[in-house]
Amino acid sequence: MCVCVCVCVQSGPASLPAEDISTNSNGPKQDSLFDDDPEDLFAEATEEVSLDSPERDVLLSDGPSPAITPITPPCSLITPHIDMFTHCSFDEIEEEEGGDSFDMHISVSDPEKVGDGMNAYMAYKVSTKTSMSLFRSQDFSVKRRFSDFLGLHSKLASKYLHIGYIVPPAPEKSIVGMTKVKVGKEDQSSNEFVEKRRSALERYLMRTVKHPTLLKDPDVLQFLESSELPRAVSTQALSSAGILRMVNKAAEAVNKMTIKMNESDAWFEEKQQHFDNLDLQLRKLHASVESLVCHRRELSVNTALFAKSAAMLGNSEDHTALSRALSQLAEVEEKIDQLHQDQANADFYCFSELLGDYVRLITAVKGVFDHRMKTWQKWQDGQILLQKKREAEAKLQFNNKPEKLQQAKDEMRELEGKVQQGERDFELISKTIRKEVSRFEKERVKDFKTIIIKYLESLVQTQQKQKVKNIIIIIFSISY
Amino acid sequence: MMQEGLDDGPDFLSEEDRGPRAVNVDLQTDATLQVDISDALSERDKVKFTVHTKSTLPNFKQNEFSVVRQHEEFIWLHDSFVENEEYAGYIIPPAPPRPDFDASREKLQKLGEGEGSMTKEEFTKMKQELEAEYLAIFKKTVAMHEVFLCRVAAHPVLRKDLNFHVFLEYNQDLSVRGKNKKEKLEDFFKNVVKSADGVLVAGVKDVDDFFEHEKTFLLEYHNRVKDASAKSDRMIRSHKNAADDINRIASSLYTLGTQDSTDLCKFFLKVSELFEKTRKIESRVAADEDLKLADLLKYYLRESQAAKDLLYRRSRALVDYENANKALDKARAKNRDVLQAETSQQLCCHKFEKISESAKQELIDFKTRRVAAFRKNLVELAELELKHAKGNLQLLQSCLVVLKGNT
Repeated sequence: MCVCVCVCVQSGPASLPAEDISTNSNGPKQDSLFDDDPEDLFAEATEEVSLDSPERDVLLSDGPSPAITPITPPCSLITPHIDMFTHCSFDEIEEEEGGDSFDMHISVSDPEKVGDGMNAYMAYKVSTKTSMSLFRSQDFSVKRRFSDFLGLHSKLASKYLHIGYIVPPAPEKSIVGMTKVKVGKEDQSSNEFVEKRRSALERYLMRTVKHPTLLKDPDVLQFLESSELPRAVSTQALSSAGILRMVNKAAEAVNKMTIKMNESDAWFEEKQQHFDNLDLQLRKLHASVESLVCHRRELSVNTALFAKSAAMLGNSEDHTALSRALSQLAEVEEKIDQLHQDQANADFYCFSELLGDYVRLITAVKGVFDHRMKTWQKWQDGQILLQKKREAEAKLQFNNKPEKLQQAKDEMRELEGKVQQGERDFELISKTIRKEVSRFEKERVKDFKTIIIKYLESLVQTQQKQKVKNIIIIIFSISY
Repeated sequence: MMQEGLDDGPDFLSEEDRGPRAVNVDLQTDATLQVDISDALSERDKVKFTVHTKSTLPNFKQNEFSVVRQHEEFIWLHDSFVENEEYAGYIIPPAPPRPDFDASREKLQKLGEGEGSMTKEEFTKMKQELEAEYLAIFKKTVAMHEVFLCRVAAHPVLRKDLNFHVFLEYNQDLSVRGKNKKEKLEDFFKNVVKSADGVLVAGVKDVDDFFEHEKTFLLEYHNRVKDASAKSDRMIRSHKNAADDINRIASSLYTLGTQDSTDLCKFFLKVSELFEKTRKIESRVAADEDLKLADLLKYYLRESQAAKDLLYRRSRALVDYENANKALDKARAKNRDVLQAETSQQLCCHKFEKISESAKQELIDFKTRRVAAFRKNLVELAELELKHAKGNLQLLQSCLVVLKGNT
């Protein structure tokens, strides 16, 4: 099975003008991708890479993985063929990726506390079941801790975010929650915290591997497969790396405000607006849903309290067998009611978690759009610099200084190359984003539909049980 | 008809369960005297009840007539019963609580002030909710006042009370002013003395098993009803909070639905519609619980207190009787004021026996009424919840069918 590359390349004349990416072009069919083409720089890349191949071993060597690995083509390799991208229609690209059907299931389970005191941590078992030949075996598991997940995310983010891939964000840190666990409080809230985190980690991994490019990333494969993972220390919140990250984020935010991009592509403008709206509405919805989950919990607690109280009341009503019977019945039924409320609440809680995930995902999407802006900025800066150099060169020519002229000419040539590169980078990231957004939207639609239907189905069950309960009360009381 | 821009006059009378009448009490109403509240008007700071009477008794000038009364006049009637020594041996029907629209009015006012800061749909929706809340409180207060009158009308002795007849018939203002500060202070002290006395008197063990048993029972029952009432209030409040949240979620989903350009937009709109409908049902459920359960408990809290008061009066009479006996013995021993002591002792004895006799019957009636009321309300509540659950279920299932069909 071939390791498919995400960007497809065609051989053909190199002088076709760059067209609007969104046209459905009728370029030569994709079969040509695998023809032996001497100009095709990806010939190596499309060979089957066995898992024991030397290339892979290089990647798996210790130390931080190189920012750009040979399998995913670094931008510079694409240079001669970039213009060809415009001839690929998106449908064809999707088909290409869909060639290998996605059959993979990851579960995060068995949280185990390792160590003691403030150095303690939770280890989770990450089990993978798959039939894809990308992996060494079909069923395997490893032990990972939370910072490993964060490390994975930070590696993926540094590799892919700036070229336009929507990298799923990792679950959030929680100093309060973790401290409770470390200190060893075995109560319901810390159990809930661990469960919440376990579930979030599972969703995170599934989202990551569902992304066709990320799935093949060696860091991801290493994370899932290898039994020992170098500790990711730079993920600690209060480490120097953490603080540096925060400073960088702030600087970026300031920069973003100063970039004024001439958006020539209406698609991007529309999508930006769409995501801004979505962000706002999802946050609002998330807040309401969280509030409902909280109130439902309260209701369940209060119902239980009331049931006890009603039972006591019935007990003191010793004058009539009926009243006592009714109150006992009421107590039992209320308890059942409470169980059902808890169940419905749990499903609604899934909805709440999904919304939280999407709020964070959309932040990642907006980040990707920002990277595009930055890429554009870089390209524009390059052009401005080139212009300046041209003017300087003209001046030199005028002043007749041959040595300096040659140097200037060299610099200019280099700059021209950079500017062209900048333009290609911009086009590439724009194209990637379009694809990513379309994929993202598909996933979003699917996720929401599934969760809502699941929740409604559980509601139906609860209602049916409530019906039964009420019928029982009526029958009982009438029979007296 | 309610003023202040709320338009829901005859609606509360046309309720399916003919609501207010005898909600918490199972009463035998006979044709000789039927009392109900046929109408009510809510003004700035008071409620005017139209008390409607139908009677075949010769005491009244007409067979059917109505008067307008306010809350203070009900309280006056109740207090006149309590202060009447003749009625010491009866459970005095508890006074209806004061109509309290303050919280609701405040909310309406806040809504009016914040009108500019929310969308038109949100505003209309919230206004509708607050109006519904106002209406619910209104219905409740009418019901409580009506129950009080019905209890009096059903009581074989109290129904003959002159003050009661004046209350029903006199078609002008009774000029009953609310208690001024001095009187309120007097009342407060009276209550303090009474509870202290009550503790002393309660310590006296009763010769009669029936009453001894009743004493212990009532004490325990009263406390448990208080607890259950408080807990049911909390439960219902949580229910209302949850319903409010569902309302907000429905709005958010609606906005998302209108903004979304993917397949999800129809989905969101349908789910938003569903949540709107289920929220209405949930609100109804909370309101029914409130009426049938919480009000029931609150009422029996007050009635059990009235029953306790009866027992207190009896114990007080018993203590007086015993004291009179002691005084008589002392007088006989000293051979001074014997006649006086004898008369006083006889009075006390007579009073005590009269109270005991009627108290026994009252307490037995109380139990019968209570059991019947609880049974009736629980069954009605279960029936209503069943109906709502069916409705909810149907909505959910039909929505699911549509949603699954779309995917």
